[in-house]
Amino acid sequence: MESDIATEMAAVRPERVVLAPGIDVARRVTGAAATVVVLLVGLLLAFIAWNGIALFRHSGVPILEVFAPVWQPDPTSGETTYGLLPFILGTLGVVSVAAALAAPLSLGLALFMAEVAPPWARRVMQPAMEVFVGIPSVVYGWLGLTVLVPFLAANGKWAGFTSGFSWFAGSLVLALMILPTVSSVAYDSFRAVPPDLRTASLALGTTRWQTIRHLLLPASGAGIVTAIVLGMMRAAGEALAVQMVIGNRPLIPRSLFQPVTTLTAQITLDMGNTVAGETWNEALWTMGLVLVTMSFAAVVLVRLLTRRAGPR
Amino acid sequence: MSYAPTIPASAESLAPTKIRVRDLRISYDTRVAVRDVNLDVPEHAVTAFIGPSGCGKSTILRCFDRMNDLIPGASVHGSIVLDGEEINAPGVQPVELRRKVGLVFQKPNPFPMSIYENVAYGPRRHGVSSRAALDEVVETSLRRAAIWDEVKDEYRRKNALSLSGGQQQRLCIARMLATGPEVILMDEPCSALDPIATLRIEQLITELKTQYTILIVTHNMQQAARVSDRTAFFTLGDDRAGYLVEEGPTRMIFTDPANRLTEDYVAGRFG
Amino acid sequence: MRRVLLADQLATAVLWSIAGSVILILIAIIAHFLLAALPDFTPSFLIADPSTDVIGGVGPVLWNSVYVLALTMLVTVPLGVLGAVFMAEYAGTGRLIDLIRFSQELIGSVPSIVVGLFGFAVFVAATGWGFTALAGALALTVFNLPLMTRLAEQAMRAVPDDERSASFALGATKWQTIRHVVLPIAIPGLVTGVILTAGRVFGEAAALLFTAGLATPGRLNFANLNLLDPRSPWSPFHTATTLSVYLWRINSEGTGPVVDQVANLTAAVLIVAVLIFNLGSRALGQLLQRRITGTRS
Repeated sequence: MESDIATEMAAVRPERVVLAPGIDVARRVTGAAATVVVLLVGLLLAFIAWNGIALFRHSGVPILEVFAPVWQPDPTSGETTYGLLPFILGTLGVVSVAAALAAPLSLGLALFMAEVAPPWARRVMQPAMEVFVGIPSVVYGWLGLTVLVPFLAANGKWAGFTSGFSWFAGSLVLALMILPTVSSVAYDSFRAVPPDLRTASLALGTTRWQTIRHLLLPASGAGIVTAIVLGMMRAAGEALAVQMVIGNRPLIPRSLFQPVTTLTAQITLDMGNTVAGETWNEALWTMGLVLVTMSFAAVVLVRLLTRRAGPR
Repeated sequence: MSYAPTIPASAESLAPTKIRVRDLRISYDTRVAVRDVNLDVPEHAVTAFIGPSGCGKSTILRCFDRMNDLIPGASVHGSIVLDGEEINAPGVQPVELRRKVGLVFQKPNPFPMSIYENVAYGPRRHGVSSRAALDEVVETSLRRAAIWDEVKDEYRRKNALSLSGGQQQRLCIARMLATGPEVILMDEPCSALDPIATLRIEQLITELKTQYTILIVTHNMQQAARVSDRTAFFTLGDDRAGYLVEEGPTRMIFTDPANRLTEDYVAGRFG
Repeated sequence: MRRVLLADQLATAVLWSIAGSVILILIAIIAHFLLAALPDFTPSFLIADPSTDVIGGVGPVLWNSVYVLALTMLVTVPLGVLGAVFMAEYAGTGRLIDLIRFSQELIGSVPSIVVGLFGFAVFVAATGWGFTALAGALALTVFNLPLMTRLAEQAMRAVPDDERSASFALGATKWQTIRHVVLPIAIPGLVTGVILTAGRVFGEAAALLFTAGLATPGRLNFANLNLLDPRSPWSPFHTATTLSVYLWRINSEGTGPVVDQVANLTAAVLIVAVLIFNLGSRALGQLLQRRITGTRS
């Protein structure tokens, strides 16, 4: 009887087990797939950098001219100046005001989700925030164009709005778009504060708000800054929604209530009107290079912040 | 102070009652976790809660400063009277109660800030803002928690998280003392500590009881025998709800308990 | 003490009202477009050709969106899932995985308009294809690959190690374990990841302006099945203006009596698509979860 089973077992055993090292094909294939992104970064960086310096290398524009305050790229209307300062300052200005508008709301929302919301409210908020992120930026732009801009034009005369197309309109639309990003990153950093610290604080006879204000916010400082930087990064890269409401005037930004422009908006507008090899076109690539430099700097900043926040 | 596992004689004398518990029942949603607890906790003495895991002793302890309010679905019935006042009465603010009743946790949980700021945290929140007053309360509390000598040179700068586990726990006790409590609840305060750190905390408990009413939950029977004046033994009923089997002077509970279950437990026959 | 309690109540009220207003803003946005579009909506809008004088439709544009989406996912999903297998199961710790993560973060940070520039230089100009659906899909792959990989990696990391140990203990190889244990359990997470990525692809416009093109699409001839003919809607080489690009285009260049209505309708279609993608991914994820883990809630 026993030997029968042994024979049967031997029959179903598929083959001899080999204990020998071989080439792990799966490891190689998946490794290659994972490394694609490294190649893409390298390729992208090379292309943007190479095309971005064509303005200096090919057209001989002095590097420092980039920091000039005047943008006059059209050779048919006189002396050209490829000053990118209006765009750089425009981007920084629009993004900063957007962050200032979005930060209080986003942090409040993150605190609500992390500390206050009962389970049912969290179940409502989470999908809602996903929808918020998911709405395409052109839709936000179209909303800004058809609702916000006319509203500002009609009701903002006293503040100095003329057409409604303005720095402020751009910042407001961006603030709305980055709100979910900032609040979700801030939420994660609030959740990362160990729950027993909250309990310890409450056991000392403090209120929930005191615990938030004096324990939670200081403890997640680096996370909050990270959230805002990531939000600003997203805002700086946003093109179409901003372009639709900002007025696109390539001047050094002076008033919140007047049209300005950004790097992304100008690329969006001019790319189709220029031809490769033209100096004007090369200046657009230089704008792209500036944008990539800015966003890479933000990534490095976030890395430093997370490292600081990491080991508690 | 020499240290030996003695059973203090003071336990038998009748101190005034600090906390009076009547027909306490605690449930989570529909499940009853603790039932039928009647207990008088004497002032300026150490009362130990012992019993097998899951018998609800920590749950009861946390009721005394209403930390169970923070657990969704938890509800408390019956009466807990502290200094003649019902703590679950509608007018009582948990925030005020928790200043009067301090809690020390199982795991040391200092805030990620300096030692000074840890201790000053409570007083600051309760409206103490003058530098001198804060300095004083911080120093007094650190002294009372027997950690002052170890940290006095750098307590303003040093991050509390760089302290050892035992030091962190004493810091947490200092932090709690700084809010001026009358009752101290300790929820297995030594379970995360090594024997030497445990000894320090036990010494501290004995020192503190002259000024505070202390309740301590412990798994460690020797600890209960060493530090407490009275001991309450809880266990799990057949209905999976915890209840108080008996309570009395520690010496009596450990040498001549009234109930068979207590005898078995302290003799190490179950739990 | 009174003051402290009052501050607490006030803060709680403020936090609730922030959450409430954010929800209200979201509802207002959605309702605005749905209400604006409702009077002019007919089902034929989804299939008819665009027109300048009357409200036509977005048929070809919608087709292009779906087509570009499918093409993008065809590249992104296998590449992303394979990459995620490496990240979650093989890479462990070390230089390579750090480099890959850093690269993912960098690519994720590049503005989509810059990805568009890159796509234009590589897939449009260098290849000589011109503006094509394929160029658009490849550009979209560039910045959605990191997202897909990360979501898939999370799904695989969520599989408990016990499952792997059990499989190894039965003598299964690493790849057999991944193939027959890890991936099946990770399916609900993977599906959610795929749909979320798809939603992002569907709404993207900036990266497509200079890659898939923004020409006004004419009538599509579905009978033309020649995959290499740029005039065939089935071909990856046809110029593919998508819904989002179309919305941008008609408001920046469009004139005519019905521009606003058409734009509102297009925006409404986009919003409904977003709702379907997001809520659909949740529902499907939960459904699959229940299938795989038995009918526990």
